[in-house]
Amino acid sequence: MSHHTHEQLAEEAKKLIAEYLYKIDDMKAKERTKIPPQEMPAQDPEIRSHNLDEVALGYTMEQARIEAMRCLQCVKKSCVDDCPVKIDIPRFINHVAHEEYDQAVGVIKEASLLPAICGRVCPQETQCQANCTVGKALKDVDKSVAIGRLERFVADWERATGKIAIPEIKPETGKKVAVVGSGPAGLVVAADCRREGHHVTIFEAFHKLGGVLRYGIPEFRLPNDIIDKEIDVLKAMDVEIKTNFVVGRTRKLTDLMDKDGYHAIFVGTGAGLPMFMGIEGENLVGVFSANEYLTRANLMRAFDKGHADTPIYQSKNVAVLGGGNVAMDSARMAKRLGAENVYVVYRRTEVEMPARKEEVAHAKEEGIQFSFLQNAKKILGNDKGRVKEMQCVRYELGEPDASGRRRPVLIPNSEFILNVDTVIVAIGNGSNPLISQTTPLLNVNKWGNIIVDETQKTSVNRIFAGGDIVLGAATVILAMGEGRRAAAAINKMLAEEIEKEKTAMN
Amino acid sequence: MSKILFKKQLSKDVYMMRLDAPLIAEERSAGQFIILQLDDDYGERIPLTIADADTKEGSITIIFQVVGKSTLQLSEKNVGDIIPTLVGPLGKPTHIDNFGTVVCVGGGIGVAPLHPIAQALKKAGNNVITIIGARTKDLIILEDEMKNIADEFILCTDDGSYGRKALVTVPLKEICERSPKPNMVIAIGPPIMMKFCSETTRPYEVFTQVSLNTIMVDGTGMCGGCRVNVGKEIKFVCVDGPEFDGHKVDFDNMMARLNSYKELEREAHSCFLEQEIKDKEALR
Ligand SMILES: Cc1cc2nc3c(=O)[nH]c(=O)nc-3n(C[C@H](O)[C@H](O)[C@H](O)COP(=O)(O)OP(=O)(O)OC[C@H]3O[C@@H](n4cnc5c(N)ncnc54)[C@H](O)[C@@H]3O)c2cc1C
Ligand code: SF4
Ligand code: FES
Repeated sequence: MSHHTHEQLAEEAKKLIAEYLYKIDDMKAKERTKIPPQEMPAQDPEIRSHNLDEVALGYTMEQARIEAMRCLQCVKKSCVDDCPVKIDIPRFINHVAHEEYDQAVGVIKEASLLPAICGRVCPQETQCQANCTVGKALKDVDKSVAIGRLERFVADWERATGKIAIPEIKPETGKKVAVVGSGPAGLVVAADCRREGHHVTIFEAFHKLGGVLRYGIPEFRLPNDIIDKEIDVLKAMDVEIKTNFVVGRTRKLTDLMDKDGYHAIFVGTGAGLPMFMGIEGENLVGVFSANEYLTRANLMRAFDKGHADTPIYQSKNVAVLGGGNVAMDSARMAKRLGAENVYVVYRRTEVEMPARKEEVAHAKEEGIQFSFLQNAKKILGNDKGRVKEMQCVRYELGEPDASGRRRPVLIPNSEFILNVDTVIVAIGNGSNPLISQTTPLLNVNKWGNIIVDETQKTSVNRIFAGGDIVLGAATVILAMGEGRRAAAAINKMLAEEIEKEKTAMN
Repeated sequence: MSKILFKKQLSKDVYMMRLDAPLIAEERSAGQFIILQLDDDYGERIPLTIADADTKEGSITIIFQVVGKSTLQLSEKNVGDIIPTLVGPLGKPTHIDNFGTVVCVGGGIGVAPLHPIAQALKKAGNNVITIIGARTKDLIILEDEMKNIADEFILCTDDGSYGRKALVTVPLKEICERSPKPNMVIAIGPPIMMKFCSETTRPYEVFTQVSLNTIMVDGTGMCGGCRVNVGKEIKFVCVDGPEFDGHKVDFDNMMARLNSYKELEREAHSCFLEQEIKDKEALR
């Protein structure tokens, strides 16, 4: 795929505006589907694979309006059906087409609190864009209306104008809510509970807020200043923030209520217990969990080799095991840290890869090599206990099973050696046991995920949970959705209590 | 954020500090550790055992040895200075019980984490035999404190400059040969010392508990950087430990992993020292 520059795409869009703007409101569906889909401008692959700056640069205003004009304003909004938080998509897109960005922001924020983040990291091609009528008509999901890019455009417009509104806060209620973990789930709960006038404290184990948004997803996909902006809003709302506070260790979960007087707790501690393959050689020097590798590079800033005290492994040939976003991020980070060859080793084929499509495309452009239908069998070390090479095996797709899926089948005697000095394991995360271990009454399932009811309430009174600690490793938007639901339940519970206390006083 | 309340140099490269940390002081138990960081953006996370705590003052005591750039910087901080990141208490507390006779073996800086454990064991009614050792006299720390707790106290140095001229494994072996043999050994010190203590006690089948100090990043079980082979299992030192059965720990792998960044660290260390020399010259 040839790389179109930012300028080329902007120029192209300007011409299209001239062509379509006068008939913005009276085009037939057929004509709209002929408007060319707008490509996302991106940094040149050669250049960006050596820096941490954001890869996708965002639509120009003209591009956004052209893309918005492609929307058919369907009556049966299949995009909304597939949006986990039910953003009124055609309505916000219509505002974009008509240059009413203020209103577009308003529509999105009715349903989603973190559009600048979700617009960048949501797997749109399996959600809102999966069944978009335009994509269906053109028989190509890649040609669906680029809802995510428009969402990002709108959110970035709001940030650029400096108009981010601080939500109104109701009079203080005197009730205290503790939010444990500052990932997307926790951030949303903090905002929603604070708005109702409750005192909110966020407890975060790390020295910085944001959870996976900060330590996992690299800056080339989600710049830190976007997370910082969201946190600034919380600070402006007088949300209290306690970093370097490991709930379960610095304080037991229930002690937050018993000793510190919190009336409700939300647990949003994320997945964060890296899984390993259980193969020989996994503890050799040079084998990392993706969490460790990315945390060193992102949170501890090891990318910035001149300044950071935290070291990062010097690699030439890197194998990344896995096929999700975490694997893509690790591979692309390794490249940026100077690796010459980066292989993504995945047991299935490209179609089954859970990673966002855009990330896979970007990774390919950056020269990441994909080894499909292969898997690691063992990792071999040298006499110093460092990774020397990795033995892999090959798979082929078998007959379709009952569900119609063709499962990978091991090819006997297909062992071969991949010459690598570093192996990054990105095959998923289990649940962190810290809180459940120190809170015996909290019910968890056999994977350690906290069990909740439909309002996100746990087995312990006044304790709610949501996000990856409930769902297992999931997505930002699902974590956010759970946070909203939990906050609603907490707010309802506290409102009822306040009501009761009032009646008791009278 | 935490303020340095007290600082004292214990030996050539070893320092003691008391840090303001009321919550950690209240919650911590023997065997647990903290992680600190000297710069929120670029600092490295340093895990250090909590040597002592004072709930009245709301403080914890750390004892550390200068081994690299970050610990050197920490040693240059003074009373009143602020440490931006301090988190804890982390790890599982030591299981304290009345086991009978317990041999506490501390090597070098390892005597610092051993002290609160020995103290707690004594309080629980154990007969505590203490062996402390170091390369040379100047590196012995907490001698009086350990002596005060111990029912029997043995001090040795590698070079014989103080106490018995022996490695700690020599008196340890003698004690294992006594009848009855001790009920338990707790060994804390450099990995190589813990490895050989475990080897010494293995033939006598005396349970030997070691406290591992691996590379760490988060300290909450998220990164797996601290993993070690224990028997057939992979364990995370920060959440499953830091204490493990020394007879099961794969020390060779652990030591190799501790050296993961050795070349890099040496580079950073020398660059840093060079820079410091340059800076000083520039001042002249
Ligand atoms: C590398 C990577 C890339 C990803 N890419 C995408 C993507 O492109 N799109 C997408 O939708 N999703 C992606 N995900 C998944 C997504 O990031 C998560 O689903 C989401 O962040 C979960 O949010 P959360 O609020 O549940 O928890 P987290 O974001 O995990 O945050 C939990 C927070 O709680 C803190 N914490 C944990 N234990 C304690 C404790 N005991 N006390 C105090 N604090 C504690 C943690 O330090 C952390 O800050 C990615 C994940 C990773 C790792
Ligand atoms: S399905 Fe596609 S075309 Fe229809 S309203 Fe949604 S975004 Fe617009
Ligand atoms: S230090 Fe990260 S898991 Fe132990």
